[in-house]
Amino acid sequence: MASETNAMSDETAPPFRLLPRLTDLNRAFWTGGAVGELRMAACGACGYINHPPTPICPLCHSKDQAPRTLSGRALLHTYTVNYQPWMPGPELPFVVAIVELVEQDGLRLTTNLVNCDIDKIKMGMPVKVTFEAHVDGDDTIYIPLFEPEGTL
Amino acid sequence: MTFDANDIIERRSVISGAGQSDIGRRLFRDPLELTLDACLAAIADAGLTTADIDGIATYPGPMSVPAGFSGAGVVDVQDALRLELGWWTGGIELPGQLGSVINACLAVAAGLATHVLCFRSVFEGSAQGTGGRSSVMPGGGGGSGGYRATGFMEWTLPFAAPSAAIWVAMMAQRHFHEFGTTREQLGQIALNARKNAAVNPNAIYRDSMTLDDYLGIRMISTPLSLYDCDVPCDGATAVIVSRAETAPDLRKPPIHVEAVGTALRGRPSWDQFDDLTTMACRDAAAQLWGRTDLTPTDVDLAEMYDGFSFITMAWLEAMGFCGKGEGGPFVEGGQRIARDGVLPLNTHGGQLSAGRLHGYGFLHEACLQLWEEAGERQVAGSPEVGVACAGGGPLAGALLLTKHR
Repeated sequence: MASETNAMSDETAPPFRLLPRLTDLNRAFWTGGAVGELRMAACGACGYINHPPTPICPLCHSKDQAPRTLSGRALLHTYTVNYQPWMPGPELPFVVAIVELVEQDGLRLTTNLVNCDIDKIKMGMPVKVTFEAHVDGDDTIYIPLFEPEGTL
Repeated sequence: MTFDANDIIERRSVISGAGQSDIGRRLFRDPLELTLDACLAAIADAGLTTADIDGIATYPGPMSVPAGFSGAGVVDVQDALRLELGWWTGGIELPGQLGSVINACLAVAAGLATHVLCFRSVFEGSAQGTGGRSSVMPGGGGGSGGYRATGFMEWTLPFAAPSAAIWVAMMAQRHFHEFGTTREQLGQIALNARKNAAVNPNAIYRDSMTLDDYLGIRMISTPLSLYDCDVPCDGATAVIVSRAETAPDLRKPPIHVEAVGTALRGRPSWDQFDDLTTMACRDAAAQLWGRTDLTPTDVDLAEMYDGFSFITMAWLEAMGFCGKGEGGPFVEGGQRIARDGVLPLNTHGGQLSAGRLHGYGFLHEACLQLWEEAGERQVAGSPEVGVACAGGGPLAGALLLTKHR
């Protein structure tokens, strides 16, 4: 479910993030969090989940590409604890992770692992999506972050 | 199976000269001046004049972002030296930085040019000034200013992951997990580089470094610490690629291009590649060994990209100098990769200690070693076979070089 992050409140304001430019291809991915859903493009012809999204299926070349709602469940494939202030962003240190979504072998997403003590991180641990909302102009973008499965 | 130059046309090319500009952490010099210094040095080294140069190849071509990433493009150099070209290329979509040199090998083999000036020029040290790396990152100046991420950065910047340090760190972490690799092992790549830099008068960092120094320096992104990251600098490197038939006219014995590797077989991405314990180097290296009768045990020295220490480990495994996953034990203790070891590695100090000349520094050093012009850091025993490999993640290009054919 989407965490009820209110970008307008100082107390719960999310960290600064550079946001993606929304397009017809990626809008479902970056806005599905409004209803708590992780969505990725999938092929209507062969079922392949196609991420990052492209206009045709890389396997069967069908143009029948439409967003599919995924479970939001994944396994932690790898991660890093970042200590370097590259840019404004989450409080240091923060965790950048690559998770593999349960729906398809090799379907990965770079993300942040949140709500997890650094010394509790285990490779392969089950994680689930949580969203962080950012309002920018006319857009509200929901960044899909992941937290340990079982987090309330 | 035996190959000849009819099958493997890169063998119609040789490296005939090499040159470098001044190299420094921050020189605050005109980057075109540095570029031309390197180009003229390489041309003279080959015994040629600008009138002989009829091709140019460079990586990545003119780019203003990130600051300092490119000191000059093809037309800057063509005009500055008033060159008459039969062929030229400059771009970033290549099999790594040395992909530009490999293109030159193919161009002379195809007869489009006879002597190609290849160069790579950076001024990242000066461009960053005192602001550090964050000053050249997107968003590093503060607010987004209306900027929105697109392309690959769309999938990294929103997660505060703008740097290859983070992407490579996650690969290293996966390698540690699958194969039990340790920081003490990985650190040998940095220590070896520093040891070699100590006897390279042009290297940026030459003070001695111990394993305790390495383990004690601040973490950047686990498991990579500051000393696992290369050092931005100012400087330019150039080499001349010539048609093999011109060898009798050259000032010094040519270095033969035995085989190259340029493959890109997995997904071209830092996070979607099928095996995050390796990189595109896996396939480029396999292709290279499929184009020669030589084998990894024939190689006398290896100059392999170390934008981050772990990339060198990936190249060591990819090139078959050790087994898959065995990079840690292979470098452990540092003896095997030392200048007097079985596989002298990054004998100039790599980008980790000699400076981030971005790929071309490795080729320059391989050539100097094969010409036995490396001074105090010269590998003993007249090395005859070397490799120069560059690129990390989805970028990989490799050259196998020999003193004799």
